[in-house]
Formats: sequence, structure tokens, C-alpha cells
Amino acid sequence: MHLTGTETVLMILAIAAGTIITRFLPFVMFPDSKRPPLVVEYLGRVLPPAMMGLLVVYCLRNVKVEVPSHGIPELVSIVFIVLIHRWKSNVLLSIGGGTLLYMFLLRNMQM
Amino acid sequence: MNKKFTSDRGDFKTAFRAAFPGTIPVLTGFLVLGMAYGVLMQTKGYGVLWSVLMSAIAFCGSMQFVAITLLTVAFNPLQAFLLSLMVNARHLFYGLSMLDRYRGLGKVRFFMIYVLCDETFSIASSVEPPEGVNRKYFYLTISLLNYLYWITGTFFGGILGNLVAFDTAGLDFVLTALFVVLFIEQWKNRRNRSSALVGIAGSVLSLLVFGSENLVIPAMVIILTVLLMGKERICTSQELKQY
Repeated sequence: MHLTGTETVLMILAIAAGTIITRFLPFVMFPDSKRPPLVVEYLGRVLPPAMMGLLVVYCLRNVKVEVPSHGIPELVSIVFIVLIHRWKSNVLLSIGGGTLLYMFLLRNMQM
Repeated sequence: MNKKFTSDRGDFKTAFRAAFPGTIPVLTGFLVLGMAYGVLMQTKGYGVLWSVLMSAIAFCGSMQFVAITLLTVAFNPLQAFLLSLMVNARHLFYGLSMLDRYRGLGKVRFFMIYVLCDETFSIASSVEPPEGVNRKYFYLTISLLNYLYWITGTFFGGILGNLVAFDTAGLDFVLTALFVVLFIEQWKNRRNRSSALVGIAGSVLSLLVFGSENLVIPAMVIILTVLLMGKERICTSQELKQY
């Protein structure tokens, strides 16, 4: 432990404060009692699909195409998830199956 | 867009049963990553008390990993605060997206905003409470369970250290898989497709230009700009009248 107990507590509070601000700000700016401006309602409607796209890209940000395994386990697993999800539409099956396939490929691909 | 058809009545147990299955991927991912976090903190000399305190109070997965480095250099809480604002900036968009869904939920709303993480946002913005299920308890279950998974994972990582014998490499892909599936769920609705594409394209562009370490904030700016400027093309004609 590099910092003292008090310093560590202060660090936890500083990090929490940053997080809390980003989480509460929209709800403070547009309180429950009032209807938000139309442009905010519009963003609330279109942001979720866009952010889901961002999260997918974010999760894959460290995949390197030029070095082994060339992102193949990620690509194959995601294609598998898309196909099985279109076929069965079962969220847990798609996620579980995709993850197991990824773990298998990670262990058994020599490239 | 108020979800008038969902019920404000119904008990907690029914809502819990309806919401729990959707959180199972998060259970898996958060136990693995939470344990990894607890173990990593342990190796830097911060025992289970500290890692659990951080997880319970700050509750911000990726920032917590970033903060491990900050706990091993000279004490600088201002730097930690500013970095936390930047790493967590994406929450601003989650809040905007949840204004409507978290409307009128009373006191628990405070807790739900406090713990609004990537995974909770993803599930809560993609899944509707089934008919007859209490809306408040449904969203509360998702928030509460995901919060507890993370703390539990951290706790076990902190007390077990490196004793975990089985090989978990790749198990954290479960969260990637969760986001992929929820992306498909959003995609199923035709009116979501253009903004979904904006999200993917804007993020890939940001990744190529700014690199993997700094992709989020530029991506948010690109996405916001395109969504605002392309309103006429993204909205259906009916929606255009509404906004």
C-alpha cells in the first residue's frame, strides 16, 4: 500500500465524485418534474442504439489485426452470436454460446 | 414515449423473477472482472477492505482499473477526480437516454442513477418490463443485482487473491457478447438502425484517428454531432412532428 489510509479514502471519494457528477448531471439538468426540451427527448430516443454500437467497438478496441490471433476469435464469435441470435432469439443462449466459443478458440487456435 | 401500458403495481418478487435472467451475463462478467480487480489491488498492497470500499462507493469498472495506477504514485486527488470525469463521460449519454424510463420512480431513482453503469444502461434501455410487472421494481432489480455482482466479485478477488485455480481467460468476453446481443435487439427495430450505424461508424472513426486509449470522448462528440445534424434523416416522418 503506497498511500496512507486517509489518502486512500480521499482518492476513493475523488474518483467517486467524478463518477457521480457524470451520472447525475443529466437528471439534475432535466428534473423529473419538468418535460425536457424536445431535442433532449429526441436524443433519449436515438442515443441507446448508438451507444450500444460504441460499447461494442470499445470492447474490441484492443484487437490487433496484424498480430496473432488477428482478431479471428473475436470475429468468428461475433458472427456466431449474430447467426444464433437471429435463429433462436434467446439472449442467454447467444451470449453463453458466443462466450464459450470464444474461450475455445482462444485456447485452440495456433496462428 | 411514456410506457403507459406497463404497470405501477405488482410485487417485487414477480419483478425480480422477470428481471433476473437478463442480468446473468453481467453476473458472469462482473464476478470475473471484479475478482480480477480485487486480485490486482491485492498485489499493490490494497487488501479486500480497500478494493470493496472502492467498488461500493465509486462503482465505475474501467475507471477503477485506471485508478490502480493512481494509488501507487504520489497522492493527487485532483488528478484522480479529473480523470474520473473524463473516463466516465459516457454516463452523460446514459442519463439522457434514461430520463424517460426512470421517470416517476420515487426515492429508489436516486440509487438507480448512482449505480447507472454500462451494463445496467444497456439492459434497461433495451428491455421493456413485461406486462403486469412493476416498472420500478423491474429496473431496481437490474440496478441492484449488477451493483451487488461487482462488489461480490471484488470481495472474492480480495480474499482469495491468486488462489483461483481454474483458467478464466476469455470469460470476460461475456460482456462483449452482451453488448453485441443488445445491439442486435436494438437493430431489430427498424427505426433504430440509422443511429446504430452512426454509433458504430463514429466509434470506428474515433478509434482509427485517436487510438484505443482515447476513443470514447471523440466518439461521443462525433455521434452527438451526427445525430443532431441528421435529425431529419434519422427520424421517421411521424417522429419528426413529435420532436
